[in-house]
Amino acid sequence: MTKFTQDDVKYFANFARIGVSDDEAEVFAELISELVGFGDVLKEVDTDHVEPMTHPLQLFNVLREDVPQDILDREEMLKSVEEHEAGMIKVPNIL
Amino acid sequence: MTLMKKSAAELQQLLHNREVSVKELTEDSLQQIAKLDGKVQAFLAVTEKEALSQAESLDNEPMENRGPLFGLPIGIKDNIITKGITTTCASKMLENFVPVYDATVTNKVKQAGMVSVGKLNMDEFAMGSTTERSAFKTTHNPWNLDRVPGGSSGGSAAAVAAGEVPFALGTDTGGSVRQPAAFCGVVGMKPTYGRVSRYGLVAFASSLDQIGPITRTVEDNALLLNAIAGVDQWDSSSSPKQVPDFRAALTGDIKGLRIAVPKEYLGEGIADDVKESVLEALKVLESLGATWEEVTLPHSKYASPVYYTIATSEASSNLARFDGIRYGYHPEGAKNLEEIYLRSRSEGFGTEVKKRILYGTYALSADHHEDLYVKAMKVRTLIAQDFANLFEKYDVVIGPTSATTAYEIGGVAQNQLTLYANDVLTVSVNLAGVPAISVPCGISNGLPVGLQIIGNHFDEPLVYKVAHAYEQATDFHKQSPSQGEGNE
Amino acid sequence: MNFETIVGLEVHVELKTDTKIFSPAPSHYGAEPNMNIHVTDLAYPGTLPTLNKRAVDFGMKASFALNCEVADVMNFDRKHYFYPDNPAAYQISQDKRPVGQNGWIEIEVDGKKKKIRIERVHLEEDAGKLTHSDNGYSLVDLNRQGTPLIEIVTEADIRTPDEAYAFLEKLKAIIQYTGVSDVRMEEGSLRCDANISLRPFGQKEFGTKTELKNLNSFNFVRRGIANEVERQEKILLSGGEIVQETRRYDEATGQTVLMRVKGSANDYRFINDPDLPEIHIDKEWKDRVRAEIPELPDARKTRYVSELDLPEYDAHVLTLTKEMSDFFDATVAAGADAKLASNWLMGEVSAYLNAEQKELHDTALTPEGLSSMVKLIADGTISSKIAKKVFKELIENGGNAADIVKEKGLVQISDEGTLRKIVTEILDANEQSIEDFKNGKDRAVGFLVGQVMKATKGQANPPLVNKILLEEINKR
Repeated sequence: MTKFTQDDVKYFANFARIGVSDDEAEVFAELISELVGFGDVLKEVDTDHVEPMTHPLQLFNVLREDVPQDILDREEMLKSVEEHEAGMIKVPNIL
Repeated sequence: MTLMKKSAAELQQLLHNREVSVKELTEDSLQQIAKLDGKVQAFLAVTEKEALSQAESLDNEPMENRGPLFGLPIGIKDNIITKGITTTCASKMLENFVPVYDATVTNKVKQAGMVSVGKLNMDEFAMGSTTERSAFKTTHNPWNLDRVPGGSSGGSAAAVAAGEVPFALGTDTGGSVRQPAAFCGVVGMKPTYGRVSRYGLVAFASSLDQIGPITRTVEDNALLLNAIAGVDQWDSSSSPKQVPDFRAALTGDIKGLRIAVPKEYLGEGIADDVKESVLEALKVLESLGATWEEVTLPHSKYASPVYYTIATSEASSNLARFDGIRYGYHPEGAKNLEEIYLRSRSEGFGTEVKKRILYGTYALSADHHEDLYVKAMKVRTLIAQDFANLFEKYDVVIGPTSATTAYEIGGVAQNQLTLYANDVLTVSVNLAGVPAISVPCGISNGLPVGLQIIGNHFDEPLVYKVAHAYEQATDFHKQSPSQGEGNE
Repeated sequence: MNFETIVGLEVHVELKTDTKIFSPAPSHYGAEPNMNIHVTDLAYPGTLPTLNKRAVDFGMKASFALNCEVADVMNFDRKHYFYPDNPAAYQISQDKRPVGQNGWIEIEVDGKKKKIRIERVHLEEDAGKLTHSDNGYSLVDLNRQGTPLIEIVTEADIRTPDEAYAFLEKLKAIIQYTGVSDVRMEEGSLRCDANISLRPFGQKEFGTKTELKNLNSFNFVRRGIANEVERQEKILLSGGEIVQETRRYDEATGQTVLMRVKGSANDYRFINDPDLPEIHIDKEWKDRVRAEIPELPDARKTRYVSELDLPEYDAHVLTLTKEMSDFFDATVAAGADAKLASNWLMGEVSAYLNAEQKELHDTALTPEGLSSMVKLIADGTISSKIAKKVFKELIENGGNAADIVKEKGLVQISDEGTLRKIVTEILDANEQSIEDFKNGKDRAVGFLVGQVMKATKGQANPPLVNKILLEEINKR
């Protein structure tokens, strides 16, 4: 069975922007190791000529007319924003 | 004596005869919550002020304008957006989050004249099956306070079972309405994917999530689905199919009904008491004129890996928006953007959520995309095909809702076989997108057992009809927990 | 060693819809920060995307105009990356099934025609806008978030900076003709990145490429590519290796500057967006959209040359923008001589627009107005000198040339008797000039003509004045 290492945890945590300490990495490595065997289980199934099911219903061409409505009130919006300035959301620089 | 254990029809009668007002009904629900929730812990927020003011204005509405759910109290799972009322998903990430809009279902229950009395506990972001993974509190099973109510809609099922509210909304991604309904001895419906708008449901796994009603009786359940079903211009995955009157389907007549019972649903991992209750239920259905045959769902053993892979992949995508910037948990003193990201998501999410995001990120990564994510979607096609094949010959598929009755709170993790059996029972229904209901079918050691009735796409009328016929032929729905109200 | 330059372009074009591609918020340019947003644009919990029908129509229209095959079935995918201008942490785009594929457009550089192939045209949403400040913070405005875009990706068919320039000029003209975008680089409704690599002539494999960003005008594209080619050439000639990286064109220095090295850090984890059902485009839909596409620049160019006898150059310039070309067509339709109309549009009209920083529709000039003036010039009613006065009136205040001429008494004096009388008076007053002329100073005639024109406020018919002047001088 495939093993999920602490390095794997850190590698994917970086993509997911989740900070993990070494201790947490150890915990997650163990937890996720239980899941990574799924790939091996699924390998058994013959899926040649099978289309992936991306949507449970066969709907298509669900379209909206190009008419403006339901504009969000900026002040309402800013209520949930921790830091803002001049109507804009404030974020620190990247580094 | 509380009114919260009465049916919608009974309550309407009282309202029409002016024996009770909407306000009194609301007060009754609030009193029940005040009395019981210290033990049950079903609610994350009780909106007493809003509920009472809404109730007062509803009392002015003329009788002829009132529908079958008018004035009745309801509780809403806390991953359904409610304008002006905290919507936390039971996560530290959204602890103080007060939305600026209403979910479509929130609007619809308001339109029906229902009075929301509060928001219900759940596993964080609906990821779990015990409600123990709530960041805020553990909900207790009203039948036995040492037991879990199931999950993730544990608060919804427990609140209805305890008699705090007669109606609740839950959500079901892999069994999260049906399994807690089974554990708490109430009726829980997961409608066909697309039957109910997901607009305003905080997404866990978009291709699996559905909102569903939790009630004491099948008739009440059908009434609530009547109120919330239908196409929504803001949910492109909602179905434009005409919504029939689900209550009209409750004729009691199931003569000639052809039932399929997958052998995988009564096999390894299913507890004996559960198996016995289900076989008893099948006898009842036979006595009502139905026939059943054992069948097979050949790909059901893959349901668990397929479900985990798809649900976590979609979750890793859906939960990426929680970054501490526009709303939600914001870490103190973060010095740069990277730190905001890393800390808000590390400190705001619980372990189970992080684990699933990490696995989902892995399953979608370039190296595993084909052999995990795409592969799982292909096997999903086969699982859906299994159901389609059955529905060519049978009207409904029946089995248990859960492999066991409610577990002990904080108990050791269930053994792998039980977990696996549980997944086979519930998640394949979400993978196929078909509707399924859980109705009480027995009580074992003081804990309810749930019977699961699965229908073809958009065949909720038949599912309700069978559930109702069964319910009317048995007494299980009339029983209610003593524990929640104990020690009065 | 000599190197061949290989360039592929990625061009983003904002579509001119009334609302965003996945939300009903207005999508027009220039609103106050965060005033044009819907909860969906904020990636608010519980929100879902809804697809704008007109954005799909526009994507199809652009694809057809760029000679692409339009998909029978397409879908939208989520492309994941964290950035404050990307609220959901995924951009909804099209990965494997874009709206258009396998197109081309024809360019002409130094009289040589060449087809540049277009790999794909896909629909996607634009990101918000991030304003960096000096105090360690950035400010996020989500007005632009969700504005519909098409991304046009060329094959690596471009070989020179001039070809890149010609491609963009042509692309801009075509898109503008279809009406799906304003294609204004200065407003960001057209943005271009270039992938640049070199290889020794004769080599089959492409070299390592760099991606060049921040190309804010067609000229900067041309200069940026030229500079990057120079940089890569220097590295290769000194035995170095090109690093796959993203570079930025610095307008001030004219150099390209390193932004970031492309590592394995990019894994967009595409998934088919479960919130958006597939789009099936049948023949009827395609036919309807195709029928809405107007005559495109190449077709007009050909028509101008073959039917209106315009020089190739005129036809090219007139068709660069649809507005100019439409104006020209309408002017000719109103009865103007094609070459005269072309001269005026390419000359005085364009000069005026450049000087005033205006577009044709900002002025009072109408095709009927221009046509009326061109007709008066052609039949000799006014001189080109008078015409300039008439033109100023037409472009500033509008109206009809004949009325202006009548009102202001600007009709050309072509009556011989009248002119002879004036010429005689002028000659009487300028004996010295007659003397000079007779002594061989040709310039003296110019002076005398000038005096006549002055006396007639420029209304005298110049050839006639010349003729009469010489006759009268010779009589003396």
